Amino acid sequence: MSDTAVWATVLAGCAACLGLKLVGAYVPRHWLAGEPVNRLMGLVTVALLAGLLAVQTAGQGQGLAVDSRLAAVAAAGVALWLRAPFIAVVIIGAAVAAGLRALGLP
Amino acid sequence: MTDSPARPQGGRTAVRAARRQAVSVAVATGLSGISFGALAVAAGLSIWQAQLLSMLMFTGGSQFALVGVLGAGGLGGAAVASAALLGGRNLLYAVQLGPLLGLRGWRRPLGALLTIDESTAVALAQPDPAARRAGFWWAGAGVWVCWNVLTLVGALAGDAMGDPKAWGLDAAAAAAFLGLLWPRLASRPAQATAGLSVVIALAASPWLTPGVPVLLAALAALAVGWWPRAARGGDGADADHPADADQAADAVGPGPSDARDGRAGHAGDNADAAEAGAPRAADRPGEAAAR
Repeated sequence: MSDTAVWATVLAGCAACLGLKLVGAYVPRHWLAGEPVNRLMGLVTVALLAGLLAVQTAGQGQGLAVDSRLAAVAAAGVALWLRAPFIAVVIIGAAVAAGLRALGLP
Repeated sequence: MTDSPARPQGGRTAVRAARRQAVSVAVATGLSGISFGALAVAAGLSIWQAQLLSMLMFTGGSQFALVGVLGAGGLGGAAVASAALLGGRNLLYAVQLGPLLGLRGWRRPLGALLTIDESTAVALAQPDPAARRAGFWWAGAGVWVCWNVLTLVGALAGDAMGDPKAWGLDAAAAAAFLGLLWPRLASRPAQATAGLSVVIALAASPWLTPGVPVLLAALAALAVGWWPRAARGGDGADADHPADADQAADAVGPGPSDARDGRAGHAGDNADAAEAGAPRAADRPGEAAAR
């Protein structure tokens, strides 16, 4: 991806996310209040994060691959289960993958 | 102005408590900015591009999503769409906060920029209007400052690191998404949505350009959301809030847990606030980190 395309993506992403916040601040409240909208938005957040997790763990270009990332995510899951803070979870994920790769695994 | 005139002393104490909570949330959340900065640079962004995202997009989940899709070789359009869909919940927070904080004039757009999981959660956790305003502004501005400073630190570190895979940065991104997802999985419909989404994303990956399978997986939310049985399960999801909040509290650390306890207590009195869904997300950087 060219540098121009990355800049365009970054600027468009900023405009979209900031725009959504501004719409929420100026739109009349009754337009968007209500249980169905909140519920659906919560589920969209969960679906996207789960999809990103799956692809970041097992995706490789246009395809799938099983490698050190899977063990790293499993370790991160154990850390979360033990109620480790977010930053520790991220560091544990990186450390497990880096360690396995230092041992020669993919 | 009209803030609890009957108990000025209690009001001032509440404001001080709100500021304390806000500062501890800001520090805990801001730390995750290091991982964002490093991952952004590893995905091919420049330090300036990473910094602009933290300054203007300023919502962690969307920032991690945009960088994750680009890093996987996805199209710019798919990266922007993922970030925007994840940022949609901030719109709902802003709708809730506007009347609650009485935002007017220049405070309105500034408040919109600072509307994220953490500032919303700290604001909703406070007992009176003055404390809510203090909680929102101190948490929002505090996270913005910490998150941006530490994004720069992370980006500089990532730039100096060399091969991102040798440092496990690709796995760190996966761990970050799991960390953002974890506190949102308390209800059955949420678990079903997440499971379905993983299956769809993996099944579609060999056939579609990177980034598109994730958008396709968002359809899982519509499928579960419109399933009448699951809709009834939604009530159960709300009942789960306090437990959910406790767990998330522990996940972030001792500081933010104060804010969380307060919030859990108020969710009951203020069905509207609980409905915003903010409590669930409260403690998460992304959001910070889904920020």
